[in-house]
Amino acid sequence: MGYPHPSHPRETPVLSKYFGDPAARTLDGWRDRGGYRALQQALAMDPVDIQNVVKDSGLRGRGGAGFPTGVKWSFMKPDGKTHYLCVNGDESEPGTFKDREIMRWTPHQLVEGAAMAAYAIYAETAYIYIRGEFDEPIRRVEQAVADAYAAGILGANAMGSGKRVDVHVHKGAGAYICGEETALMNSLEGRRGNPRIKPPFPAVAGLFGKPTTINNVETVSAAPHILLNGADWYKSLSNPANPKSTGTKLFSVCGNVARPGNYEVGMGFPFKDFLYDLCGGPPAGRRFKAIIPGGSSVPILTPEECETAVMDYEGIQAAGSLLGSGGVICFDDTQDIVRQIARLARFYAHESCAQCTQCREGTAWTTKILERIRDGEGTMQDLDTLLQIADNMTGKTICVLSDSCATPVVSGLKKFRHEFEAKIRPSRSRIMIPDRASEVAA
Amino acid sequence: MAPEGAHAHDAPYVPVFTAGSAERAKLDELLTRYPSKQAALLPALWILQEARGWVSPEGIDEVAAALDITPAYVRGVVTFYTMYHQHPVGTHFVQVCTTTPCNVCGAEDVVQAFLQHTGCGELGVTSPDGRFTVIEVECLGACGFATPVMINERLVECVSPDSVQDLVAGLD
Repeated sequence: MGYPHPSHPRETPVLSKYFGDPAARTLDGWRDRGGYRALQQALAMDPVDIQNVVKDSGLRGRGGAGFPTGVKWSFMKPDGKTHYLCVNGDESEPGTFKDREIMRWTPHQLVEGAAMAAYAIYAETAYIYIRGEFDEPIRRVEQAVADAYAAGILGANAMGSGKRVDVHVHKGAGAYICGEETALMNSLEGRRGNPRIKPPFPAVAGLFGKPTTINNVETVSAAPHILLNGADWYKSLSNPANPKSTGTKLFSVCGNVARPGNYEVGMGFPFKDFLYDLCGGPPAGRRFKAIIPGGSSVPILTPEECETAVMDYEGIQAAGSLLGSGGVICFDDTQDIVRQIARLARFYAHESCAQCTQCREGTAWTTKILERIRDGEGTMQDLDTLLQIADNMTGKTICVLSDSCATPVVSGLKKFRHEFEAKIRPSRSRIMIPDRASEVAA
Repeated sequence: MAPEGAHAHDAPYVPVFTAGSAERAKLDELLTRYPSKQAALLPALWILQEARGWVSPEGIDEVAAALDITPAYVRGVVTFYTMYHQHPVGTHFVQVCTTTPCNVCGAEDVVQAFLQHTGCGELGVTSPDGRFTVIEVECLGACGFATPVMINERLVECVSPDSVQDLVAGLD
């Protein structure tokens, strides 16, 4: 299938196989497509064995951090305490819209994955936290949960296994920061979505103070496929040359590109082929100027850097950026990079929870300076100030929102400095920069 | 200051979570899902807003009493999240995404078209007939369908400046 475009022959549709197929949304439809067999199998297994299969598969967190999922699950021990699973469906990273399609088209895929993951970490309750703006995804997942309860798949005796698995949908209310795992837990507890200081880590004291695992929607959705088909099958879907990045990944593509949408490819797919064969390249008559490969929080790449990279955690890192959440934002040669980086900074300033000074002040100050440069009122000194603020915003706060604001500024200034300088009036630079002034005098 | 809207600001407050009401039953069911009462705060505020169109100070008092927390605490939570209306808004609350991925696809022109065709003129100001409020919103998570626009809870994909007039005309 595929949505909004039919699947490309070079895609490897696993999670996205039924995107665009409304029949896959219903419980019967999902069962006809092999659904809930993995959960049935899982509930008869020892949770440690499930953890080991996922560990062997090499599955890594798809929310952005890329932490090995099986290892994360293995932090949860049968200690007799109440455990919780939080599924992160707060997808708000600009450029990313993959979880939205999983929830809209295959809600049972997520419910099955959430139930299986909960069982694998010795939890009886899973909360699926979905951002408030996702009205349709919320309705689809709530319907799937209700149908699963009615069919005895969830509840006190899940699928007749004698084990209790509860899944609840929790609707957010508009806050990017609630996608940060500890902010998500605060929000679920009915608090302001301020991130928490770590340690303690969620596996020790998370939701309601209990050991908690937080997984992304795409991550838990992949787990049933791995259990059913085996770790070796999952590894066979990606480039065997890199055993650190396995399986398939959903990439969301947006911005100035011929065919925006979601594409699922094996890890290690050549980025150039992805951009031109699958996504159709830039709009007709234009060229790419810049690409952000993993959601707005990762460094900006030039087309040249991007086109020689392969799409996996290590490949994109080698090119100077990060795989992140897999949101590919394309900018063509008609775009004003300064304007767009200023817009990104405004996003972070709006979304800062204002808990840490470096972030609260830094994001706002950065935005103010960038908009001044955008409007032709900047000075050469502003460029140094931006880098100085960015330095003070990196690695100094409770969460990484502050770093995320600094990243596009620093990488943008490094790679597109000429565009910033072109907006700064020469007369200003003479006045503001002493060494330039002496050059002019000489 | 609250803009003038479809909801009268000075009408007497009608409680939402009264005994026997559907809202009370929904809240009671929600409370079984969490080990603490407070965890039902976000869902309770949603129920309130769906029933009354916004989260009023009286509504905050009512939610606080239902969940055994202080009104000040509830207010602190309400002000953190962007989707709770702290004052009445137009019948059709229009949110246009203008974050970078949509911005490069021309989202700001979509905003201008909405301001023109709804008669709002200005962002955040409800139209004189009380029907529309238009705001810019940060990333709606539908970047591949630029420009996405949320009208109340409905998301409309791929809105262009040219399609705005028909879209507005189709709203009652």
